[in-house]
Amino acid sequence: MDSIARFFKKIGMLLRREKFSNDLEEEMSFHREQKEQELRDAGVAPETAHYAAMREFGNTTRLKEQSHEIVGFRFETVWQDLHFALRQLRRSPGFTLTAVLMLALGIGASVAIFAFVDAALIKPLPYQDPTRLVDVAERGKLWPRSNLSYQDYVDWKKMNKVFSALEAYTGGGYLMKTATGVEPVTAARVSAGFFRVLGVKPVLGRDFYDGEDQPSGGDTMILTYQSWQERFGGRKDIIGQTVDLDGVPNTIIGVLPASFQFAPRGRAEFWGTVHKLTNCEKRRSCHNMFGVARLKDGVTVQSALADMTAVAKQLEVQYPGSNRDQGASVKPLYEQIVGDIRPILLVLLGGAVLLLVIACVNVSSLLLVRSESRKREIAVRGALGASPARLVRQFMTESLVLVLVGGLLGVLGAEVSMQGLSRLISKDMLANMPYLAGISLNLRVVLFAVAICVLAAGLFALTPILRLPLTTLREGLTEGGRGTAGTLWRRFGANLVVVELAVAVVLLVGAGLLGKSFYKLLHVDLAFQPDHLATMQVALPQTTYPKDPQQVAAQRQILDRIRSLPGVQSASLTSVFPVEGNGNTDWIRIVGKPYNGEHNEVNQREVSSDYFKTLETRLERGRFFTDEEDDSKPKVVIINKAFVSKYFPGEDPIGRVMGDGDLTPKSLRQIIAVVDDIKESSLDVDTWPAEYTPANQGPDNYFGLMVRTSQAEATMLPVLRATVQQIDPGIGVFDEQTELQRINDSQTAYLHRSSAWLVGGFAALALLLGVVGLYGVIAYSVSQRTREIGVRMALGAQQSSVYRMILKEAGWLTGFGIGAGLVSSIAVATLMRTLLFGIHTWDVSTLAAVAVLLSVSALLASYFPARRAASVNPVEALRAE
Amino acid sequence: MPKKSDLMPGTLDMMILKTLTRGSQHGYGIASSIKRASEDVLTVEEGSLYPALQRLLLQSWVKAEWRSTETNRRARFYTLTAAGRKQLGLEQTQFETMIAAIGRVMQDA
Repeated sequence: MDSIARFFKKIGMLLRREKFSNDLEEEMSFHREQKEQELRDAGVAPETAHYAAMREFGNTTRLKEQSHEIVGFRFETVWQDLHFALRQLRRSPGFTLTAVLMLALGIGASVAIFAFVDAALIKPLPYQDPTRLVDVAERGKLWPRSNLSYQDYVDWKKMNKVFSALEAYTGGGYLMKTATGVEPVTAARVSAGFFRVLGVKPVLGRDFYDGEDQPSGGDTMILTYQSWQERFGGRKDIIGQTVDLDGVPNTIIGVLPASFQFAPRGRAEFWGTVHKLTNCEKRRSCHNMFGVARLKDGVTVQSALADMTAVAKQLEVQYPGSNRDQGASVKPLYEQIVGDIRPILLVLLGGAVLLLVIACVNVSSLLLVRSESRKREIAVRGALGASPARLVRQFMTESLVLVLVGGLLGVLGAEVSMQGLSRLISKDMLANMPYLAGISLNLRVVLFAVAICVLAAGLFALTPILRLPLTTLREGLTEGGRGTAGTLWRRFGANLVVVELAVAVVLLVGAGLLGKSFYKLLHVDLAFQPDHLATMQVALPQTTYPKDPQQVAAQRQILDRIRSLPGVQSASLTSVFPVEGNGNTDWIRIVGKPYNGEHNEVNQREVSSDYFKTLETRLERGRFFTDEEDDSKPKVVIINKAFVSKYFPGEDPIGRVMGDGDLTPKSLRQIIAVVDDIKESSLDVDTWPAEYTPANQGPDNYFGLMVRTSQAEATMLPVLRATVQQIDPGIGVFDEQTELQRINDSQTAYLHRSSAWLVGGFAALALLLGVVGLYGVIAYSVSQRTREIGVRMALGAQQSSVYRMILKEAGWLTGFGIGAGLVSSIAVATLMRTLLFGIHTWDVSTLAAVAVLLSVSALLASYFPARRAASVNPVEALRAE
Repeated sequence: MPKKSDLMPGTLDMMILKTLTRGSQHGYGIASSIKRASEDVLTVEEGSLYPALQRLLLQSWVKAEWRSTETNRRARFYTLTAAGRKQLGLEQTQFETMIAAIGRVMQDA
């Protein structure tokens, strides 16, 4: 009630503000006159009486100001502060522009990277209650997480007591019949409850019903939203229609929501059930699936793992042949999905935050310099009646304006760079990291931006306040802005620049280590020539080529045609391209060696006779396959050096025989050669022992084609495709890339490259800002010491000694900065150990290079102020005041 | 120069209100009254009266009008309102309670 009355009174006074001022003024002067009169009546001299009255009355301006504050609204003074702040900032555009740009840079970088962190680490899984979802897999001897056998999965589903649901999925692909021919499409095959365990419901049509994944279930498919839009024009009547996949009519029963994503099968467009088991899925020893499960209430990941390990143990007892050493792996689904990218993103976020720190430190230094030079202004305003609180508020307003403008620009820049960065992610990468697709300025990112702005504003408001000579107004007035100004500043501001340089060192070392790792990664010994290799995947339609001899014939025909093309040196095929990763393994047993049922797991690749010649891989011993070696000939195998050192140390493997665990006669093969260790694994991992068998002795409908060309391999890709499809338009050709592209775009290379480039960018900016900061400190110090330098030179100091004095100051700062930076960068490098490849965290050459780079830059930055100092004219310097 | 305005916070408002119970006064008059009544002990920075008066006006505890003084000069006279009288009673009670409490503490110690 009262407050409302007061509010209207205030409004009334706001409208008659001039009358208020006049009344107050008149009233106050009446008071002073009365006082003066009283004093004079008491016999005080008129002159003395006048000043005594004034003194007794107090600071009129401040009292008026206080009265105004009482009747005025808060926003009025805020508005005044703002107005004044803007005027101040406009008056020094150089300072304003530098500060705003630095802040925008720091905030922008942090916000952009945070958006990625948010997308990948904070809310990566668009599922119902995603924290209760776990990834379920088997644990082999070599693999902490290996594929799940379908037969095991069925038992696990029945026997576990910890999951409210356990579902399985695997990849797949089909040749889809289109109006013009066939097109390869990616697919996934899942158990019936797969979408229900995730909590995903189709937006159109229906989900799979329970039991639809049993042999009695039909050929039904659920489409992704994107596929529905792109392949079927988003038509509503798609439900119930059939598509021809591998010659089998499949009914489309549903469409997934647009927001659906499942990183492990990111590319899959068609989602069907596992109602028709493949040969592999019928065998317990064959592993091709993964599981996803929802934990029952109150069950932890650890207890689920314990339960599943017990279940696996039971199966091991029951099926010793196939399940020996097969344990279980249970871990949070998000960890499985974002585990690889997390360290990189955290390193990037760290880099961005360090950059922000440098930017803030730089702006703080600038503010400090300004508060020094504004000492007199502050003293004057204080003497004229500005209360300390009001002065502090003024500085805070100025800082707020800076941060606000910088922050807005930064967020804008972040939005732009976010879109730019996510466009840089290739489509294939995005399929593996679908959570990065919808990256945007969401609420959490904006809150983050606001939080760092508030922190920065607080910091900047604090810096000048700490230095404000509020209690010593008089000194500020008399001092004439000379003398002691510099000492405090030098002590405080100089420390700031040491921090800056140290941070720059950390970022530079980080970038150097990542860059060097990337270089090493790309120069890892591949044991083949990756250039001039054109590659593509080929799929023979099962309906046309159902039997082995037909497949062999088709493959021969394809290779013959390609070999006869101009510009082709040799052509070959393989079941798995090199550098794809360890996997596709076989369990072996060597005749004549002790065997206790252990799983000797080796990479298995089916390759054509010219494979090693095409790759230009060195033959260590023995001979290559011939094209004639098909099913009618004795079975042979070629092994790599890693195989020899693991299973035949100090022995001659040529002529030895190996087979499966039971040495089934059909599985026996004779070793005919040893080849160099072709990099089958991803670049940063050691290649396992590998066996290469003739493709003609076990052909497949899907295979990779590798062609060595004499001309630029990229230009050959369309020719190769056309050549294959001339033979039969029903053959699917896809994933056409050069081998170099394959290597450069492999996830390992990709992640290393992007982190190296981004941290490199941060480091370059940090170097720039750090050097600018040092320049600022030295230049300011020189400007403060002009008089001192003048005196020294007047007393006979040589130019060279002035140089030395200034450079020594810079040298100390730089030395401390680099020293502290090197020490902390070794610590930081330890934190990002997982991202380094082939180098130590304390790589001496990187550390040395960074130290030299920063020293030289710092020398340059301090040379110019030093030269200015040395060219000071003593006469002018002394006369300047 | 001795430091001025070391009053307990809030007491200035109360003293102004009290002074005005003896009839309307202008600012200078109020200041002189306080000084006189306190036997020169409470010599506030005289000007600080005016922000305080603005506060009281805003609260409607006093009202102001321009009138002529005995010497025929224009001055702003302040008068206590009913609300102001009530407020004074309230503040005085609180003040006395506090002083008494402080007094007891000081005696006991």
